[in-house]
Amino acid sequence: MNFRVVSALILRHLFLYIRSPMRLVELIFWPVVELLIWGYLTMFIQENTTGDFPRIITYLLGAMILWDVIFRAQQGVAISFLEDVWTRNLLNVFVAPVRTSEFLAATFGVGLLRILITVAVLSMMALALYSFNVFKLGWTLLPFFMNLMVSGWALGMISTALILRWGQAAESLAWAVPFFIQPLVAVFYPVSAIKPEWLQSVSLALPPTHVFEGMREVLSTGVFSWEKFGWAVGLNIVFMAIAGSIFAWMLTMTRKRGLLTKFATQ
Amino acid sequence: MSAPDSREVILEARALTREFDGVKALDAFSFKLHRGEVLGLLGANGAGKTTAMNCLLGLTLPSSGGLYAFGLELQKHRIEILRRANFSSAYTSLPGNLLVWQNLLVFARIYGVREPRKRIDELLEMMEISHLRKRVTGQLSAGESTRVNLCKAFLNKPELLMLDEPTASLDPDIADKVRKVVRRVQRDSNCAILYTSHNMKDIEEVCDRVIFLHKGKIVMEGTPMEIVERSEGASLEDVFIKIARDGEIVDAAAAKLAKEESV
Repeated sequence: MNFRVVSALILRHLFLYIRSPMRLVELIFWPVVELLIWGYLTMFIQENTTGDFPRIITYLLGAMILWDVIFRAQQGVAISFLEDVWTRNLLNVFVAPVRTSEFLAATFGVGLLRILITVAVLSMMALALYSFNVFKLGWTLLPFFMNLMVSGWALGMISTALILRWGQAAESLAWAVPFFIQPLVAVFYPVSAIKPEWLQSVSLALPPTHVFEGMREVLSTGVFSWEKFGWAVGLNIVFMAIAGSIFAWMLTMTRKRGLLTKFATQ
Repeated sequence: MSAPDSREVILEARALTREFDGVKALDAFSFKLHRGEVLGLLGANGAGKTTAMNCLLGLTLPSSGGLYAFGLELQKHRIEILRRANFSSAYTSLPGNLLVWQNLLVFARIYGVREPRKRIDELLEMMEISHLRKRVTGQLSAGESTRVNLCKAFLNKPELLMLDEPTASLDPDIADKVRKVVRRVQRDSNCAILYTSHNMKDIEEVCDRVIFLHKGKIVMEGTPMEIVERSEGASLEDVFIKIARDGEIVDAAAAKLAKEESV
């Protein structure tokens, strides 16, 4: 892996964001809208009910912010690839001395930058508007964050592989893929709420489930579950390997079928 | 028959075949490109030029046959080869939302160019487009855009340059400038260039040798002048039209010889 090449590819995206402030707005606009809606809704319910609601607010807002880590990481990979397609630059990149691993590493880097910007803005807003401090999760935030980011990268590679195979017609997958798994990874509710019960096994086979379950445990008991963390890390390694293999396989197939140039110049 | 070329072979295709759904887009295509040589790849639409170029760039995998650059097998040493090569096409563009210098800086860093800013300034000056340095790439005219693409292609002082229709959609004045620059860069650096074009003036002015493709096969090969003489055509354009329309092998000298031999 050549870090000069990776940094050059990231630099291209930095130039893009600096030159197009509207792209920064896109990074922040939807998460802020979601935060406002969820925040006001939970506050309204809290004012009109009694019991355990303050904790539920914490769950929901924490889950919302952490879900955005997956989504932004996935978008970082898929949109970075699509940027090259939209600007007809893909061929220039693929005929330059850029390894697939370097190309992917750069998209991961862009994903990380996107997450940092989004999470920073959301955390500040959640603290100011709802007195929810995401850093209340303490040092446990970092392993949660890292695991979700890796899950997002894996989903990003799968989205990109599908776009490579089916061309621009499959572009909407860049936005849709994370939502295929959202109902199953127990973002806003525990795994036990997923029905029928056999779906809970599917849920437990997905790495983000263990992160969201772990987050709820930290917020309710203050205890960090090393078991859930271990499951998340292990499953993420498997998911990254599977996603990387799918991407490499699709890339080879597009080269074999001669689809890459058609796709890149259409 | 001309004597074998003793110059270093930079790029070589050996019996390169590429099939799409049972149809051969390239059929046992073989050639050698030597250091300091400009080789033109000609043929009508669908003749196999683009497939050949894509295989040479590693964008499309051949069905069979071998590809070698600098004596190395392309598929096994892709990155090593691409570091010493570059490419420009009328059908690709640099990201339109970045400034010209930003695009060139990104590619200069990818190719590991030393003193990239100095190199970029040199190239912009050579192309007579220094004034475009801070312009948005997507707002350039076709001629300006082509010259910026060529700056990108010359960034790493490539030993192997692949130019796909570099003068397409350019006015005669700019096309003439582009041809002169390509020729100058080639002379100064002694690099090998593979050049495709539908503009016969380009080929006559720039190329040392030409390969005519028809249905994925080489039907003629030689210097532009030799080809015109052998095919008894009035010009290279005549030869092109004959091959494109009826696909006949218009090597009249070879046909005559074959006839004499059969008698």
